[in-house]
Amino acid sequence: MNQFQRAFTSESLAEAWEIFLQDFPLALWDTVYVTVLSTFFAIVIGLPLGMFLVAGDEKGIRPMPRLLMRILNMVINFLRSVPFLILIVMVIPLTRLIVGTSVGTTASIVPLVIAAFPFVARLVETSLREVNPNIIETAQSMGATPIQILLRVMLPESVPSLVSNFTLAITTILGYTAMSGAIGGGGIGKIAIMVGYNRYKYAVLYLAVIVLVILVQIFQNTGSWLSRKLDKRLKH
Amino acid sequence: MIELRNLSKSFMTSKGSVDALRQINLTIRDGDIYGIIGMSGAGKSTLVRCINMLEKPSEGSVIMDGRDLSTLDEKELRSMRRQVTMIFQGFNLLMQKTCLDNVMLPLRLSHVPREEARARAMEMLQMVELPDKAKSYPAQLSGGQQQRVAIARALSTNPSVLLCDEATSALDPRTTHQILELIRDIHTRMGITVIVITHQMSVVQEICNRVAILEHGTVMEEGEVSEVFSNPRSDATRALVYPEIASAIFNEEDDGQRVRLIFNGAPAARMPLIASMAIDCGILASIQSASTRSVGGMTYGYMTLEIPGGPDDLARAVNYLRKTPQISVQADVHYSMKEGQA
Ligand SMILES: Nc1ncnc2c1ncn2[C@@H]1O[C@H](COP(=O)(O)OP(=O)(O)O)[C@@H](O)[C@H]1O
Ligand SMILES: [Mg+2]
Repeated sequence: MNQFQRAFTSESLAEAWEIFLQDFPLALWDTVYVTVLSTFFAIVIGLPLGMFLVAGDEKGIRPMPRLLMRILNMVINFLRSVPFLILIVMVIPLTRLIVGTSVGTTASIVPLVIAAFPFVARLVETSLREVNPNIIETAQSMGATPIQILLRVMLPESVPSLVSNFTLAITTILGYTAMSGAIGGGGIGKIAIMVGYNRYKYAVLYLAVIVLVILVQIFQNTGSWLSRKLDKRLKH
Repeated sequence: MIELRNLSKSFMTSKGSVDALRQINLTIRDGDIYGIIGMSGAGKSTLVRCINMLEKPSEGSVIMDGRDLSTLDEKELRSMRRQVTMIFQGFNLLMQKTCLDNVMLPLRLSHVPREEARARAMEMLQMVELPDKAKSYPAQLSGGQQQRVAIARALSTNPSVLLCDEATSALDPRTTHQILELIRDIHTRMGITVIVITHQMSVVQEICNRVAILEHGTVMEEGEVSEVFSNPRSDATRALVYPEIASAIFNEEDDGQRVRLIFNGAPAARMPLIASMAIDCGILASIQSASTRSVGGMTYGYMTLEIPGGPDDLARAVNYLRKTPQISVQADVHYSMKEGQA
């Protein structure tokens, strides 16, 4: 009997179930808490940044100095191309500065936000660029200021698209929490690695994966439903 | 009054510069319903966008009530745009906002308090006869209804000029008619100046009092609608007024003798002209092409007759036809359309 088969004997399944009942509620809470907070902060930074990218573009409603835009784009591309595991290590000083420690559930929010906000900014950028340019022109013809166009026209018009993109962001961030769980963070990812993988309790690993899959499904379905419900272009 | 003085606009594109407007000179008086008509790509939208400075003219100026618009700063431009509002071919309503919110938008943008804006917006929706759609979303409305909401929105700031860029081009003929009626009605009630951009001659005929014909960024003709359409002087106008003959004349190879009749407001639409010519002169003419329209009860338009006999018959026919009031006759239109006007 190899390790893998041993993971699914009745004793090990019973043991896994016990671990599940004992550790998963807290781990689930940690994962949801980290995911939701990280997404929230990523949006707090990414949304205005995405708006700025669209408005400040050469052909945007309020063109900004080209050098500034180029630097911003470079920074975003850089942050997006650093592998997440490496990013976690890179931002340790910042994490210490903000949270006071670089390990633990709350501490993992910092690298998650750093990794996610450029992604969110790009998503916001695509959502806003989908807004019908004729409507933007119409707003200009009404004498709207660039800020008014952003806040009163572009943002409301792209709500369904933003919601579905934020859904994409939250599910992606959920996946990242599993990685941060592997090095110091908490949550389902930590149990999967620490117990399931390191201690060869594969049944636990699979249970963790199932929980993550269900979580992604819940986020995704809720987000899709909300996006559809908010879209007034659909006749209902 | 809006005066366009030597207005030119060119765009820099990757393929070089495009002259969208060349040396436009037009005067639009207060209270006009002024048509600007031209084929696609003629520069109509660019022209109308220059009037509210969405497009900065490359040369020349737009003078509104004595003020050169190029001297306005951003803030002044924005307040000017509340006075010169616009409706579009695609309606351009905010799809995620209710009709009421759409109509309130220009008011909210100029910081009118919410309640006051709401009251004014409801008033506007009443004027366009859609008060019951206040809480509906644009997607739930037909095209004609959406354009009505767009009109309500455009009028909410009580503008003095309404710009309509192909405002009825996406609508069927009946809805087009209703929207034009509404615009005319608003024009009368609010005393607003209306500029109507279109590629459809019927639109100009229905509501405009003056018209400019635009082609390749140049004004080919300008004047009273009845004058310009009944007696077109440029090829561009002819192509718009008589799209059928434009192709007929230039494509036909045979050189039978033709007479072209132009109805300059002849009182009756279907005079038995051909029959009486046959009886009185014994000349049998066949109708090559015809297009007449009734404007204010008078007939305008053209008819091309082919005269099968020799030059004598042609001369006699021309003489006979010239006696009919309110009709101009052009002989031998195959070679020239500018000769022989009565
Ligand atoms: N922003 C622009 N950049 C480059 N070319 C343009 C732009 N806007 C219009 N043009 C060109 O100017 C000409 C007139 O366009 P437009 O005013 O839209 O015509 P119309 O409304 O009569 O169809 C066209 O040749 C068009 O390609
Ligand atoms: Mg156009």
